[in-house]
Amino acid sequence: MSSTFDQVATIIAETCDIPRDTITPDSHAIDDLGIDSLDFLDIAFAIDKAFGIKLPLEKWTQEVNDGKATTEQYFVLKNLCARIDELVAAKNSGT
Amino acid sequence: MRIEYFELIDRILELNLDEKTIKVEARVPQESTIFEGHFPGYPIMPGVLLIESMAQTSGWLLLGMFKFERMPFLAAVKEAKMRGFVPPGEVLTLEASVVHEGSGYAITDAKIKVGGKLRCNSTLTFSHVPFPHPDLRGHMDAVAKRIGFPLQALQS
Repeated sequence: MSSTFDQVATIIAETCDIPRDTITPDSHAIDDLGIDSLDFLDIAFAIDKAFGIKLPLEKWTQEVNDGKATTEQYFVLKNLCARIDELVAAKNSGT
Repeated sequence: MRIEYFELIDRILELNLDEKTIKVEARVPQESTIFEGHFPGYPIMPGVLLIESMAQTSGWLLLGMFKFERMPFLAAVKEAKMRGFVPPGEVLTLEASVVHEGSGYAITDAKIKVGGKLRCNSTLTFSHVPFPHPDLRGHMDAVAKRIGFPLQALQS
């Protein structure tokens, strides 16, 4: 079973036509990979489907806009993958 | 259809919020300035307006799901296919269903049939936000009344 990062990187590469080998755990989806909000909707859709979760994009965006979080916390891929793992764990535990 | 006002849906025929489906009807007007240019001597509905009509069909479904508390905005059009011409006077039956509900966005499949035959279809992405202005909410309420939006469906 591939890691969360491998799955997410493959989704990003296929969705946004970005070379897979340029996507690293430290890549910032917006600043480094140039993914805009509309493309990120496609990525979110693919992630939601692949992991059976619902990425809380609105909550994250609100937290960033309110200065309560940085974009790095959610959009650097290793952090994004950690959030995905948390959501999957929460789903599996029924919380 | 009130093409000049961009109100392309005439009547809601069915709305099922449990199954997240909708069916609506729209009659293409016999005359419109649009047909003077599109095209002289051969009037047909522009494909972009057919896509817009599928978006509005999906939009009414999403508005119902959101209980008119959030407004969907068309964000992406994928795999749009115009399978045949739609001339003035045609009665369109439009159907839409929700494929996925995300956080702040939704994806629908929509299609247009004429006489039971598929004429157009597309997958549409919407972003949705709380109504950005009370005038817009008021407008949508008024149009909902005109096209027979089943408000009782919001009670469930």
